[in-house]
Amino acid sequence: MNDGTAPRPLVDRLLAAHGWLVYLFFYAPIVVLTIFSFNDNSRVGVWTKPSLRWYGEMFRNDDIMRAIRSTLIVAAVSTIVSVVLGTAAAISMERFRFRGQRAMDGLLYLPIIIPDVTMAVMMLLFFVQAFDILGGLTGIRLNLGLGTISLAHIAFNISYVAVVVRARLAGMDPHLSEAAADLYATPWQTFRRVTLPLIMPGVAGGALLALTLSLDDVVVTSFVTGPGSTTLPVYVFGLVRREVSPLINAVSTAMLFASILLVGISLGFQRRSGARQGPSDEDEGDANDATTQVVGHLSRVGADSGGL
Amino acid sequence: MGERKGERLSRPAVELVGITKRFGEVVAVDDLELTIGDGEFFSLLGPSGCGKTTTLRMIAGFEYPTEGSLKIHGEEMGLRPPNERPVNTVFQSYALFPHMSVADNIAFGLQMRKVPSAEIESRVSRVLDQVQLRHRADAKPAQLSGGQRQRVALARALVNEPEVLLLDEPLGALDLKLRQNMQVELKELQNRVGITFIYVTHDQEEALTMSDRIGVMDDGRLLQVGTPEEIYERPRSRFVADFIGDINLITGTVSGPDRVRLANGQEIEVRSPGAAGADVTLALRPERLELYDLDEPMPDGHTKLRGKVIRRMYYGDAYFYDVEVGLDHPLEVKEENRPDVETYEMGEETVVCWDPAAVNVVTD
Amino acid sequence: MVSEAVNLEARAERAESRRGLLIGLPTYLYLILFFAIPLGIVVVYSFATRTRTGATALSDWNLDSWARVLDGTALQVSIRSLILAAITTILSLVLSYPFAYWIATRSARMRAFLLVLVMIPFWSNFLVRTYAMKFLMGSEGPLSLISQLLGGPPVRVLFTIWAVLIGLVYGYMPFMILPLYAALERMDWSLVEAARDLYASGWTAFRKVTLPLSMPGVVGGSVLVFIPTLGAYVTPAILGGGKSPLLGELIVSQFLQARNWPYGAALSVAVMAVMLAATVFYFRKGGRTL
Repeated sequence: MNDGTAPRPLVDRLLAAHGWLVYLFFYAPIVVLTIFSFNDNSRVGVWTKPSLRWYGEMFRNDDIMRAIRSTLIVAAVSTIVSVVLGTAAAISMERFRFRGQRAMDGLLYLPIIIPDVTMAVMMLLFFVQAFDILGGLTGIRLNLGLGTISLAHIAFNISYVAVVVRARLAGMDPHLSEAAADLYATPWQTFRRVTLPLIMPGVAGGALLALTLSLDDVVVTSFVTGPGSTTLPVYVFGLVRREVSPLINAVSTAMLFASILLVGISLGFQRRSGARQGPSDEDEGDANDATTQVVGHLSRVGADSGGL
Repeated sequence: MGERKGERLSRPAVELVGITKRFGEVVAVDDLELTIGDGEFFSLLGPSGCGKTTTLRMIAGFEYPTEGSLKIHGEEMGLRPPNERPVNTVFQSYALFPHMSVADNIAFGLQMRKVPSAEIESRVSRVLDQVQLRHRADAKPAQLSGGQRQRVALARALVNEPEVLLLDEPLGALDLKLRQNMQVELKELQNRVGITFIYVTHDQEEALTMSDRIGVMDDGRLLQVGTPEEIYERPRSRFVADFIGDINLITGTVSGPDRVRLANGQEIEVRSPGAAGADVTLALRPERLELYDLDEPMPDGHTKLRGKVIRRMYYGDAYFYDVEVGLDHPLEVKEENRPDVETYEMGEETVVCWDPAAVNVVTD
Repeated sequence: MVSEAVNLEARAERAESRRGLLIGLPTYLYLILFFAIPLGIVVVYSFATRTRTGATALSDWNLDSWARVLDGTALQVSIRSLILAAITTILSLVLSYPFAYWIATRSARMRAFLLVLVMIPFWSNFLVRTYAMKFLMGSEGPLSLISQLLGGPPVRVLFTIWAVLIGLVYGYMPFMILPLYAALERMDWSLVEAARDLYASGWTAFRKVTLPLSMPGVVGGSVLVFIPTLGAYVTPAILGGGKSPLLGELIVSQFLQARNWPYGAALSVAVMAVMLAATVFYFRKGGRTL
């Protein structure tokens, strides 16, 4: 970008105005929500005085605490498993060729395209059928609960992790693994000492994506949840459909800042592991960001291949 | 490995027998036969796509031959993966590990082979001094210049004291001056450590100056193997003659046991030209031709062709003349720029003169 | 000796192939078990029968549910959802493109900063963001109070289709911004310079160079917005009040109130098929524009 391509001054000012308005659009609701979560009044829209009253209520609420616990367990389990499985799939797809690969490629992309209602229906029907058959064969009666929620989350998270890690793998110099082998490294050593460190920003990005999707999920979880295993998003969703209340404001704000904190940590981790590779030739910041890589990769995959 | 290392090393370093590599329909390497001696500096020379890099990769183990046998110091490599072969490679793009320091890059191979860390330190240290990069031991590859990266790649391979070192156009990315310096350094290095070097390049000057022997390849086939002098002075095929240095190629027909008739009707002496009546191609190096004035005395027995200077180029250390002698192409003559060597002007009548021993009969 | 070496390459290739398959095998098996099979089961269910008690009988296979998918109610709902998704996508595109362009044309440091500002809402909990919209827009909410303080009427946009539209744009716009930005950032801007050099005005250069080259971003972003919006459930549930149901709501209700699983299954498959077709169509079109 230089003077020859920058927008003309008037256009530039209009663009900037538009830009800041968009930011206002994005931030106004959440800023307002945050402010009112510290409102002492039990009537929602009227501001009286700041207080932590509703946060206190939140911590005293057993249902909410239980839901938080469930959410964290499911998120942790599904993130860890999907990162391992997703990374393995990415390596399998990018570095090898085998029969049936195209079919698996399609299977890997499907969960991203599928609407979450369909996913929810799929998982519900599957578990119902599976429990039926299992019960008939062995007499063991299983139930919907944290286990089924985790299994469902893993199912859709794997694909997202795979996409991010694949993007990172594709950008890696393929000669590096040859060089490692040339220097007496076994395939496992090559993975551990060369490939993994270099794709780590991608793995971290994928992990963040999986974690966020798990924490965000409402529909799929609500379909495969059982009594006593409600997650926080599902619980809040139930409250939120009906009303607006200061308690919900507090819970929501807490969730909001938890997710922002998560992003901060992950981005920091990505930057550091990216930086460990030394200064890169590309621009600082955006080029390394896993998110931009994912969406860029997704757009390009479709456009390049001209179809799925 | 039942034999002792000393015995193994008395065998040729690399033996390729009947090596063929096919990628689908494309034949990248066609029935290659080659023996490379222990301690040799051997170059594989040829244009892009001739199969030299593929051959190198097969020796390294990154590709497996479709057919044929590959032995290193007498041991058949077969399906052995690269990490089980006693060879190391210097890649064209260097392939340095970006997330490791220079010292860690160099130490990598030793660490993989579980060499004790005290020994690793001393060996890495020594090699760093050899390539003069001690002061950059903690830098990351991205912080180094092209020449420095090249030296790290070299050091990383050499520190493992491989039986054979493979180099894939390692100097291609460097500018001229640096490349020339590195050529000298590499040759001296190879002399000192005595490891067999197999060097792939498309630059014939590089091959000529550095190698003990050269193998010229084209289109998957090994055309000629020999010392630089043999390759240069006695090319056996048109391609080899043309690829290395400048050459004059003259067509003619064999008209006698030692005679060839040229396109302009003139008959000249050629040693063992081949069967009578056959068409032949003769190859002559420009520097083996001399120009004389029409009335100047010329050596006996030398072939003489009359002609006219139609082009003259000054190269500082030499003059190149194009002389029209009535054949399909003018002859290119190289004369040293020395006070005692006469120069000729455009349009001047002259005689091109050469010793019949300088003529090479080449096949197509 | 020679014949021994003949099949070297083939054996090596097969071994590599096998290793690649093995590395991914746990994942592939997982996806087959927990994704492909469930998908199959849904398809199977769509041909099943709903008993009078609302249970599902996996016998008496029929096409009743599929017939219902194509009839009046479902069709109405589908069309409404399609239109809403289309408007959301177009609106997002119109708002996002200048925004992405603006960021892409800043200096490197400014870009990094602005992107972080976009990332924060992008990564924030989706449910919470939608709720925040609901809070803001409520008739007893802050916007309404401000409006009343200024002498105007209370804000009554909640529980209308407009609220849903605003909520969807609010929720999914970042998915449009990021691909657009990625495409613009990767573009070879020297081409724009060349166009200007050849006397193109700013607008013409944009139209003939920038816009076509950023098409992959437009396609990618559109897909990332259109698809989820078509099957949206959470946003309409929170902001729409259920008065004019959309596809997501229709499907979910089959498994809650209406208890007609075969019909719900058929609808789910239908929605997925449409989305798959839309994705393929979008990508083919985007590909050819290049």
